[in-house]
Amino acid sequence: MSAAASYVGQVPAPGDLAGIASWVAGLARDGEQVEAYVARGRETEIRVFDGDVESLSSAESAGIGIRVVIGSRQGFAYAGSLDADVVGETLKEARDNASFVSEDPYLGLASPDGIEPADLDLWRDDLLGFPTEEKVRLALELERAVRAGDSRIRAVQAADWGDAAIESAIATSTGVIAYSRRSTCYLSASAIAGDGDDTQTGGGYSVGRSPADLDVEEAAADAVARATRLLGATRPRSAHLTVVLEPRVTATLLAVLAGTLDGESVLKGRSLFADRLGEKVAFAGVTLVDDPTNPEAYSAGSYDAEGLATRRNVLIESGVLRKFLYNTYSGRRAGTVSTGSAVRAGYSGPPGTGARALSLLPGTKTPQEVLGEVGEGLLVQSVSGIHSGVNPVSGDFSVGAEGVLVTGGSLAGPVREITIASTIQRMLSNVVAVGADLEYLPSSAAGVTLAVSDVAMSGR
Amino acid sequence: MVLIDQGVLDVVLRRALRSGGEMAEVFAEDRRSNGARFDDGRIEDMASGRERGAGIRVVSGDTTGFAHTADLTETGLLVAAEAAAAAARRGGGSVNVVALNRVHAPAPTEVSVLPETVAKADKVALLSRADEAARRAGSQIRQVTAVYADNRRQILVANSEGVLATDDQVKTRFAVSCVASGDTGLQTGRESVGATVGFELFDRVSVEEMAAAAAARAIAKLAARPAPSGRLAVVIKQGSGGVLFHEACGHGLEADLVARDASVFKGKVGEMVASPLVTLVDDGTMGPEWGAIGVDDEGHPAQRNVLIQDGVLTDYMWDWMRARKEGRPASGNGRRESYQHLPMVRMTNTYVLAGAEDPEEIVRQTPYGVFVAQLGGGQVNTATGDFVFGMTEAYLIENGRLTEPLRDANLIGNGPEVLRNIDVVGNDFAMGSPGTCGKDGQGVPVGDGQPTLRVSALTVGGTAR
Repeated sequence: MSAAASYVGQVPAPGDLAGIASWVAGLARDGEQVEAYVARGRETEIRVFDGDVESLSSAESAGIGIRVVIGSRQGFAYAGSLDADVVGETLKEARDNASFVSEDPYLGLASPDGIEPADLDLWRDDLLGFPTEEKVRLALELERAVRAGDSRIRAVQAADWGDAAIESAIATSTGVIAYSRRSTCYLSASAIAGDGDDTQTGGGYSVGRSPADLDVEEAAADAVARATRLLGATRPRSAHLTVVLEPRVTATLLAVLAGTLDGESVLKGRSLFADRLGEKVAFAGVTLVDDPTNPEAYSAGSYDAEGLATRRNVLIESGVLRKFLYNTYSGRRAGTVSTGSAVRAGYSGPPGTGARALSLLPGTKTPQEVLGEVGEGLLVQSVSGIHSGVNPVSGDFSVGAEGVLVTGGSLAGPVREITIASTIQRMLSNVVAVGADLEYLPSSAAGVTLAVSDVAMSGR
Repeated sequence: MVLIDQGVLDVVLRRALRSGGEMAEVFAEDRRSNGARFDDGRIEDMASGRERGAGIRVVSGDTTGFAHTADLTETGLLVAAEAAAAAARRGGGSVNVVALNRVHAPAPTEVSVLPETVAKADKVALLSRADEAARRAGSQIRQVTAVYADNRRQILVANSEGVLATDDQVKTRFAVSCVASGDTGLQTGRESVGATVGFELFDRVSVEEMAAAAAARAIAKLAARPAPSGRLAVVIKQGSGGVLFHEACGHGLEADLVARDASVFKGKVGEMVASPLVTLVDDGTMGPEWGAIGVDDEGHPAQRNVLIQDGVLTDYMWDWMRARKEGRPASGNGRRESYQHLPMVRMTNTYVLAGAEDPEEIVRQTPYGVFVAQLGGGQVNTATGDFVFGMTEAYLIENGRLTEPLRDANLIGNGPEVLRNIDVVGNDFAMGSPGTCGKDGQGVPVGDGQPTLRVSALTVGGTAR
């Protein structure tokens, strides 16, 4: 077995990152605003294959993104290092970049807005002390459990352990200071099932903040069930029918929908919901909330990417469009304030606007009851081609799908190599049921069973 | 540029193998990037960044240990070497570090204007020119985004088998996206160009022409009807559909997926896997294309590899690890996103060679179908071969003529079946837009290309009844 945990470098004291961020923000000159976002992560990734460790990597990485607003111009620069000389160089580069962009009177950094951050405990010390041998053991156990789960499992393409302990701090010369940290770990497996010439795949995982949250059996059973239930899948005839989206698929759909509710897209004429505030845009049973203060949500967090407290935002209430998401810039430009919805993809980019912990308000029916109510349709297990087939500007929606046909309210034959298509607008209006099975997923959105009528299924 | 001295490399490789292992490798990288974005009538962002560090791997038996560090001093590298060695299983046969020998590989392109020598003002000037040209295309154009990006990636690879290689990879990219508005709602059009060159890209690429093309695409789609739903003949215009081969078979020909029993092409070398009209090549030496490299991220020189010859599967693509297991040479396809990642088998520039048919004749001979003029991305399940790819500019073919424009939709097919269903290949050829291929969470730049060709039946995922 592999040797003990091996991290490069030392664990930073919690105060360090905030200290670096404050130091950089304090370098602001007269007439200048400076924001520093500093992040440090420790990660382990283990892949096992065929009863053996195939790769084990562990490392610590850190970086800084600096935003400077001079007058009404903004510049940004980043570096994958926290060395003082590199940080100084990065600040200089951000200042230089500001001189090449256009003026915009709405630009400016966040200032404290008096909203108290939610008190969230997203860090588990026991993950840090969890020995590498144990991580390897769990990944191997998962691989074995998938193989043993069904005689038709032909191979386990990959069984992985992953964990990350991430800290970040934001400080601005306008008085914002925020520090947060979170730990996460997961086990995941991708199973290949075979029956004669037929091959199908399915993935399962278990995610948590600490090893104690993980469930090997559940992840294995999920992968096995998903791969085997598609065996014998056929290509059905094209039809318009009601689709029942499994929770994971609904989460994918919500993440796409979020892009159309981002205030910056609305301001820039890129949202199909612009000018529709207060209007009915969805079935009355649809209430969509973005709430990063909910500790159950995988992507929960006390602060947004500009250091403001996150808050609960109701975007669609009983089918009526209520709110768009804003960061400091887009909020100011829209004549309102930030909704605490600044997001960024690590230290290498300036903050944008986006949802972080979306969920639909669950209904009252179990998935079986939803299927029973639908009667005839298609249960969708997974979708593909989200990036190539969904246009969040026009609303056109067309994705590859796998699933099981529903006849008389129960599952009939599995189907594959099909697409399902509609438009985002029509799908919201055509929701016929929201399940009660709310499920928090490793995503910016939670899942729930969702039935949508009149969707085009293309097959034979 | 010297990222790490040869003496230090030698010490680090020895340390990495001190407790056993068959191979140790140091991969160092220094990446500088610069980008600017024009949106909503103004230059919105200019950002620049620098990432520098090294990844060290130690291979012992079937286990790979890996660690990375942003600290390129001897001390920093030794800490990472110890970590990688500890992560690899102990007890494998210990080998000696062979004297480092320089790998000589020709650069795929001569870069004449390094991005760092170009004034930032000259870079942003391109953006407003694109915006003006797009808005001139018609009053329906409501929004224009233009993006300029360059990066210079200097890498060094040294391993205990004696490989010492460096590469200096310069890439420049420009893209324009437009939103048009009309009675039918909003529509989008996009055009992007990228190459393994510096700022001289703009000697041959007109940002005004790119902008006009993106705008025309968005405006044309305002009159588009829903795409058909079901199995149809699909004609794919030259240079727009390389992603079809990238997804239909490219990924399935990566030796790591084959070894995991996750490819429908496993065990098919020497067999007919495609129409005899198909010859598929992966070519990292093809400068100045987007996926071109001098050496791969394991220090192996880029190669031109024929994967399918006249329909017969000739070979897979290989990295060091998979080639070692099979006792054969690697093929220059070991790539990684950055020093923080392990290498794996990846494509470079993947394309289908031209055939014999006049491309216009292909459309004339199609009574009913879809003509795809631009594709977006795609996705494949290599184990089943099922793949999707999106069309972002397409027209209905009726009685051998292009009639109405179609709204965006995905197409879905099964790799081996689609390859067999290619029934005509044109005598034209073009490479497509620059792509970023994602695999196991790592993105690398790839190119693709093809002549105009027809798939006799493919499922089009529209909504038309």
